[in-house]
Amino acid sequence: MVTAYAVAASVTDPEMPMLTLEDLGVLRDVEVAADGAVVVAITPTYSGCPAMATMRDDLVHRLHDAGYDDVRVRVELSPAWSSDWITERGRRALAAHGLSAPGPAPQPDTSGPVPLNLLPRRRDLRCPQCGSAEVELTSEFGATACKALYRCTACLEPFEHVKEI
Amino acid sequence: MTDHDSVYDGLLGSDTSHWAFGQGRETSPSEDPLAGVDSTLPEGVDGAELAAYCLMLGDDALVLSHRISEWCSRAPDLEDDIALANIALDLLGQARLLLARAAAADPGIAPSLPAGSPVPPEDALAFFREAGEFRNARIMELPNGDFAHVVVRVLLASSARLAIMERLAASRDHVLAAVAAKGVKELTYHRDYAGRWFLTLAQGTDESRRRLLAALDLVWPLYAEMFAAHPVEVSLGEAGVGVDPTTVADEVDVVLEQVFAMSGVERPERQPLAGVRGRLGRHGLHTEAMSLLLAQMQVVARAHPEGRW
Repeated sequence: MVTAYAVAASVTDPEMPMLTLEDLGVLRDVEVAADGAVVVAITPTYSGCPAMATMRDDLVHRLHDAGYDDVRVRVELSPAWSSDWITERGRRALAAHGLSAPGPAPQPDTSGPVPLNLLPRRRDLRCPQCGSAEVELTSEFGATACKALYRCTACLEPFEHVKEI
Repeated sequence: MTDHDSVYDGLLGSDTSHWAFGQGRETSPSEDPLAGVDSTLPEGVDGAELAAYCLMLGDDALVLSHRISEWCSRAPDLEDDIALANIALDLLGQARLLLARAAAADPGIAPSLPAGSPVPPEDALAFFREAGEFRNARIMELPNGDFAHVVVRVLLASSARLAIMERLAASRDHVLAAVAAKGVKELTYHRDYAGRWFLTLAQGTDESRRRLLAALDLVWPLYAEMFAAHPVEVSLGEAGVGVDPTTVADEVDVVLEQVFAMSGVERPERQPLAGVRGRLGRHGLHTEAMSLLLAQMQVVARAHPEGRW
């Protein structure tokens, strides 16, 4: 029998199916409770992430199919998800599918208020299609909560960038 | 005529798990957004008081989310349409967690529904309360205007909320602390988005500047109310569980002064919108717009109190 962790780790994200929940960093824990149930802990990427219910359903069904009858999925809100938790394998999978992986997340400066930033965020990115560094930000918000929109001024292709949070 | 009951039969063989929702599910995993989260009350905190506080922050997010979502498919261009929809979605997520926290802290706070109703407590709070039971500041419910109006409103509201959430991340209530820590990351994006558009409109054409100033004039009278502390906010602020909004007013002012200075805009001098005998949005006093907003937001849920979605 495949371990419960291996099964849970192979479930893919409903919105970015090239990533497993493990690669995305939302799979926080898989343990067997005293009553024998498999308890899976997941964390939302964003507060309003609409994929949470689907992830929960997918985890339960995949574990059922693998022979685990009693499965519970719990939400772990803290610590808050960071794009730094996307694994190296996840980053390669993003690039292979034409998405730009996030850079290092900004470290919270606990000494004072979050600074206001009225200039477009500077990111050191390359176009995932042609590799050019000549890219421009179209919007800080994209088709899912976790992505920004860019376009490459060399090959003119638009692409998505997973945001640093 | 047909040898199967559903037009979808046969499309996916017998594996109904392809369907995200509905059809042929053997299990129905809990949809509780706080499933498994430790919801023990912090020591010395009254559940009803914590619930009242969660409603204030939750209603701010819910009502503003609804107003911003009204922009969906109406923004000046596709990128801003998507941006506004994302901001609304983040706020809706915060609202859901906060309303769920309210109901967990004080189960009696959620309106009661017919026995057997599948409506979760956070939905009962969102869709089955009357205007007078909502605790949002009135800036959230103001009817929409033009694009400059939504920019100004998001700038003022997200600046205040960000400052509150930064402090709330240290709350003795673990759920509030976690919701706030996540909220800070989201609100930072919201405030930057609105701040950049404020600057762009102020420094753009005569028409964009005229509209921005008109919007600021319209929204500004509702700014001060976000820092008028309700007794629950004061009490939970002292208990290290909530945040007394008066303590962040100066800090938020500094942020806005930065935006105004870069944009070449004077801080408005309009007087705050009055309450009635000291009652404001936090006490359940709302403008006429609130009832109309709720009528639209709640109509489907109320028409089908036993509906499954």
